[in-house]
Amino acid sequence: MKRYVLQRILSLAPVLFGITFLSFSLMRLAGSDAVTEMYSGAGAAVSQEVIDAARAKLGLDRPFLVQYVSWLGGMATGDMGKSFVSGRDVLDTFLSKLPATLLLAAMSVLLTVAVSIPLGVASAVAHQKAGAAREAGLRALCSLLDFVVRLGSFVGNSLPNFFVALLLMHFLAIRLGWLPVIADGVTLRGAILPTLTLTVAMSAKYVRQVRAAVLDELSKDYVRGAKARGVAARTILVKSVLRSSLMTLATLLALSVGSLLGGTAIVETIFMWDGVGKLAVDAIMMRDYPLIQAYVVWMAVIYMGVNFAADLLYLVLDPRVRWEASRNDGA
Amino acid sequence: MTAPESMTRKRSGGRTRLFLFGAAALLVVAGAFFSESLCPYDPYLQNLGAALEPPTAAHIFGTDRYGRDLCSRVIVGSRASIFSTLALVAVITSFGTALGLFCGWARGRADTFLMRVSDLCLAFPCLVFALAVAGVLGGGLHNAVLALAAISWPKYARIARSQTLAVRETDYLKAARLAGCSAARLAVRHILPNIAGPILVTAVLDIGTMMMELAGLSFLGLGAKPPMAEWGSMMSEVRGLLQTVPWAVFAPGLAIFAAVLVFNLLGDAVRDELDPKMKGR
Repeated sequence: MKRYVLQRILSLAPVLFGITFLSFSLMRLAGSDAVTEMYSGAGAAVSQEVIDAARAKLGLDRPFLVQYVSWLGGMATGDMGKSFVSGRDVLDTFLSKLPATLLLAAMSVLLTVAVSIPLGVASAVAHQKAGAAREAGLRALCSLLDFVVRLGSFVGNSLPNFFVALLLMHFLAIRLGWLPVIADGVTLRGAILPTLTLTVAMSAKYVRQVRAAVLDELSKDYVRGAKARGVAARTILVKSVLRSSLMTLATLLALSVGSLLGGTAIVETIFMWDGVGKLAVDAIMMRDYPLIQAYVVWMAVIYMGVNFAADLLYLVLDPRVRWEASRNDGA
Repeated sequence: MTAPESMTRKRSGGRTRLFLFGAAALLVVAGAFFSESLCPYDPYLQNLGAALEPPTAAHIFGTDRYGRDLCSRVIVGSRASIFSTLALVAVITSFGTALGLFCGWARGRADTFLMRVSDLCLAFPCLVFALAVAGVLGGGLHNAVLALAAISWPKYARIARSQTLAVRETDYLKAARLAGCSAARLAVRHILPNIAGPILVTAVLDIGTMMMELAGLSFLGLGAKPPMAEWGSMMSEVRGLLQTVPWAVFAPGLAIFAAVLVFNLLGDAVRDELDPKMKGR
């Protein structure tokens, strides 16, 4: 098993390499570099010799690949350069804002799971019952429940997150005055609106996926077999169906973290939440390339880590994968 | 006895939905096309004396900071939002499909290399990457489309590749090859029609998502720039005034919602039609 995990970790290396390479090349798309940015603020015209000398000093006259390798080396030792604007260390700045974003993301994921799994399972079961229940009343109730959940998820799926943010801000903060309009520092109270915003978009998608996964599992033969043997419906649902769909659900959740991380940029900007998303948007406005670079690299690495964790979860949840893994070790 | 009957009933219901939402989507696109002649006022005409007026009979969504009629601006804004989204989806679909088809057909080293590249793109959170690219390119609607396209094509390449791999082993394809078809003819006449279904479903379902992401980039100031009327940037222009003129924020928001909803409904109907396994999911 250890060997399997090690192999999986090693397989991440090329991806990591690619991520850094692409992020580094990306900044080459910009029409300017550190030197032109530095002198564009000076106002006076600067001679080409001065620019060339500054480039040489910063190593910007070296070939592309050499620059990449030295940048990568710096990154490995925790040096991602200095901000063009504030002159502060990029990695320090980034890391100081990261906890706020991670808090937002973690709260959104937890709330999404807490909302979507019960609703998705209920909707799937109701969908089945709506076709099979004997009493007409129960049938109607079940199809209504299923319909309402699906409608809610459909509407949530069609709302852009910045619109959701502004709607929540208008109703909960301005009209009702329950919550602060913008976050005053990183507080739990200030986190409520951004978390709700992110949860709406994520749950809308996830409820649908939970419902589909559970319906898929419910239609399998072993469920029918268990029913025929007289196993209680609740036991089948909790012990078999939910357990075997957990893996699909873990993967899907991990994948949706990608759009969550992107969404934090917009939501943090709206609510003035002091996280890396807002940092990145501000950096883009100021053309602060080293910061943008750090943001792209680290967001991709976090996303990769989350998906890797979901993969490892398979080991815990699925005996088949565990068996494969331990067999690999023996070989 | 009842099963076949109910199945046919459901099927025709699906067709009705497809036509209904297809017509609605067409209407939205046509509305965007003729938007300039549809709006009641000139969307760019400023009238500072009538700035920030609440909705009235004359201006049903009120006016914005410069006294421009919001209803007209929302209508004209549809052009930027909808056509750039459609262009974006068309580009990533055709590029991704062509690449995937090539990979699935040629296999070998080129395939391995291109699939590694697509894996790499999938390793980035989409909006994070698009944000950085659009930011580095310096904003503007074209650059926002370019940024989203650069990160969104791999999905299509993977679908097209796996479908092509399945199709290339079929007897009819072997027969076509034996009959001496050229590679281009094989790709266009024999492979493409057989792999188009899942790609089309993905593309139509993608329209709504892409519209929201594009509007999101505009909202952050990385897409359409003022004074151009575009839903995302219109909302961003007035979001500081949410407290005093909420309608100015909500009018373009509702427009995005309605447009995305129509395309999502169409996407669902198309999926049910082409992929009956997924029905009701």
